[in-house]
Amino acid sequence: MKYVDEFRDGQLAQELAQKIKREVQPGRQYHLMEFCGGHTHAIFRYGIPDLLPPEVKMIHGPGCPVCVLPIVRIDSAIELAMDHGVILCTYGDMMRVPGSRKMSLLKAKAEGADVRMVYSTLDALALARQNPEREVVFFAIGFETTTPPTAMAIQQAERLGIKNFSVFCNHVLTPSAISTILESPEVRELGTLPLDGFVGPAHVSTVIGSQPYEYFAEEYQSPVVIAGFEPLDVLQAILMLVRQINEGRAEVENEFTRAVSRDGNLKAKRIVADTFEMRREFEWRGLGMVPYSGLKIKARFAAFDAEKRFTLKRRSARENKACECPAILRGVKTPRDCKLFGTVCTPENPIGSCMVSSEGACAAHYSYGRYRDHLAADTPSNLIQKSEA
Amino acid sequence: MCLAIPVRVEALQEDEMALVDIGGIRKSVSIALVEDVAVGDYVILHVGYALNKIDPEEAERTLALFAEMGELEQIASEAAAQL
Amino acid sequence: MTVNLRGNSQLNFDTGCVEMIHGSGGKAMAQLIEGLFLKAFDNPYLRQQNDQAAFSLPPGRVVMATDSHVISPLFFPGGDIGSLSVHGTINDVAMAGARPTHLSAGFILEEGFPLRELKRIVESMAAAAKEAGVPIVTGDTKVVERGKGDGVFINTTGIGVVPEGVELGGDRVRVGDHIILSGPIGDHGVAIMSLRENLTFETAIESDSQPLHDLVADMVKVVPGLHCLRDPTRGGLATTLNEIAQQAGVGMQIQEANLPVRPQVAAACEFLGLDPLYVANEGKLVAFCPADCSEALLAAMRAHPRGGEACRIGEVVADPHRFVQMQTRFGGNRIVDWLNGEQLPRIC
Repeated sequence: MKYVDEFRDGQLAQELAQKIKREVQPGRQYHLMEFCGGHTHAIFRYGIPDLLPPEVKMIHGPGCPVCVLPIVRIDSAIELAMDHGVILCTYGDMMRVPGSRKMSLLKAKAEGADVRMVYSTLDALALARQNPEREVVFFAIGFETTTPPTAMAIQQAERLGIKNFSVFCNHVLTPSAISTILESPEVRELGTLPLDGFVGPAHVSTVIGSQPYEYFAEEYQSPVVIAGFEPLDVLQAILMLVRQINEGRAEVENEFTRAVSRDGNLKAKRIVADTFEMRREFEWRGLGMVPYSGLKIKARFAAFDAEKRFTLKRRSARENKACECPAILRGVKTPRDCKLFGTVCTPENPIGSCMVSSEGACAAHYSYGRYRDHLAADTPSNLIQKSEA
Repeated sequence: MCLAIPVRVEALQEDEMALVDIGGIRKSVSIALVEDVAVGDYVILHVGYALNKIDPEEAERTLALFAEMGELEQIASEAAAQL
Repeated sequence: MTVNLRGNSQLNFDTGCVEMIHGSGGKAMAQLIEGLFLKAFDNPYLRQQNDQAAFSLPPGRVVMATDSHVISPLFFPGGDIGSLSVHGTINDVAMAGARPTHLSAGFILEEGFPLRELKRIVESMAAAAKEAGVPIVTGDTKVVERGKGDGVFINTTGIGVVPEGVELGGDRVRVGDHIILSGPIGDHGVAIMSLRENLTFETAIESDSQPLHDLVADMVKVVPGLHCLRDPTRGGLATTLNEIAQQAGVGMQIQEANLPVRPQVAAACEFLGLDPLYVANEGKLVAFCPADCSEALLAAMRAHPRGGEACRIGEVVADPHRFVQMQTRFGGNRIVDWLNGEQLPRIC
């Protein structure tokens, strides 16, 4: 596959890893947060921690839309499917995520609700046309990457006069979440948690461009390197961050120039702006209420807004008190610091947000990384240090 | 987050759709979000929509960057050259 | 085509469909059995028209396996539920190192299912059994009301005999064993997914559904001391390796660079966010053998048309945690964990 295989070359990866090793300054720590679950996934899938020197620590951020969706929103989606008798369509990722009382859309389906997995909003629209007598609701989740396709579906539905289609909108915004992490006391207070740099999102940035990150670099003096999701992209971004840190620079650099410009995709941004507007605040699982971090459907398209079209119960849901996800999402703690990790909380029975999707920090660590913990436990010598890398 | 993959545009279709190829598999996807898509372009595909075109020159530049020598190596080789 | 048997009522294979009376035990059922099943599966056991088949088996330990087949879509590139139900059970028997000798077939049909499609399925099943040289010697048909089935469900049971000196099982796997795979993974799962509602894509990939007993016969002949065979069906290769690691109390170390995956399967997996290690196969096997036999075993497998792409993918290691680990192409290591629930296409 062109533009994929050449960015996965194992030999080049070794060379890049050597460069990183040579350029890190002994005794200095490089705490780098990859915001995106896509980067987290690549890091574990390709075994990148094994290639990095112990000075470089990757912190897995909150960039997985499935993980950060609050339980109450999942409960509402389940309510739409079970109590309002709609055809509820959503992406495969959402099917298994548990809401309150361990109920999920898959379980709702087993209990008779009409829940359909779709690949695209185009499929959801097609379902609405095929079932004119039924209400079809698309349960929309995702960051700026996934928002334009939802906007297109709403505009298409209006254009085609499809009356039985609506969207339960849960789209969220990346820059606000990064701000929240940088604003959190643990991160701001010097010495408790240095976040030395960010690996910026790949596909989000194809839409929003590199410009929105300029504020972080300047305001928080934090280097940002926007990187593709292939393993060589990630390694190159780490190298670029190490260089910025060594040289005391805090700039936005773009490693993913093959698809990201400073302004992003103007057409996609315009369609999104026509369709959605900011919510004053939106809850992020693990981060709490984040101001201006979520989108809602504009009044002009109210007919396609499931939250206007159906009366949903007011809900509240509590997270498990022992769950360390809020601290893990900010990089203050690691999955291994959580009492629930791997015992009560596993991918089969996720308790916290970081375990619900394969891209969450805990799930990724559980699935791909936990053998290192066992190695560390089995041989208490130099391996411990490595396990933290 | 945001699983997306580079695909090649094989044919333009009605309603701002295009037939794309991904390593031998083919699918009809929307190109409504991207300006001026032409056959032969590579676009990034996410949930059935092309999000952006891939710039072949920039891709080459990035690949060249991977192969570029590290600064220390450069210093070392320059030092070696001077000896 | 119209078949007229024992009286006036007819089976119309062009426009007819399964009706409740086809399972009632009366004349209509007899017509369906004679006009379709007997004709397609034809063999001396069935011709006797008893409710059971009586036969003798060659000497050796007898193996029995059963498998129920429920698949959507019923027809897919490279096969259908009929051929799959024959291959699946033959392979389950063969994984004991046995030669399958007899099959049974039980059908649960949904009222309203087109006879034309049933005929196609039954004929495909008959062809698969014939090609494999394993007769379907007894069967059963039931009909459920419309809405209470999914067209056709097929249960097949197989019997076979293990040659003298062969004893296979997950518990026999030992540290140091080599792990050998008979060919590329993920073909079946990708072929099925390409037809799934809301996912459809065009691909030339076909299901790898095929019987493996001839390949197994060659393998146990060359290496009778083989430790274990398993066909990585649902849950894919990753699940199979974890099952055996658990059973044998060992760990495994495999190499990503050695794993055969067809480019189109790899592309489909990229596009759907799936990992080929977890995608289903229906015509592949994974073998565990002592290291000193692995070259001979590989040679025997590669000499067989169904094992031409066989390769060594790793080895069994000591590990009290029973992890299956994979060395990535990058030289890093990662766990290949159990599959968590059904593998669903991802967007993120």
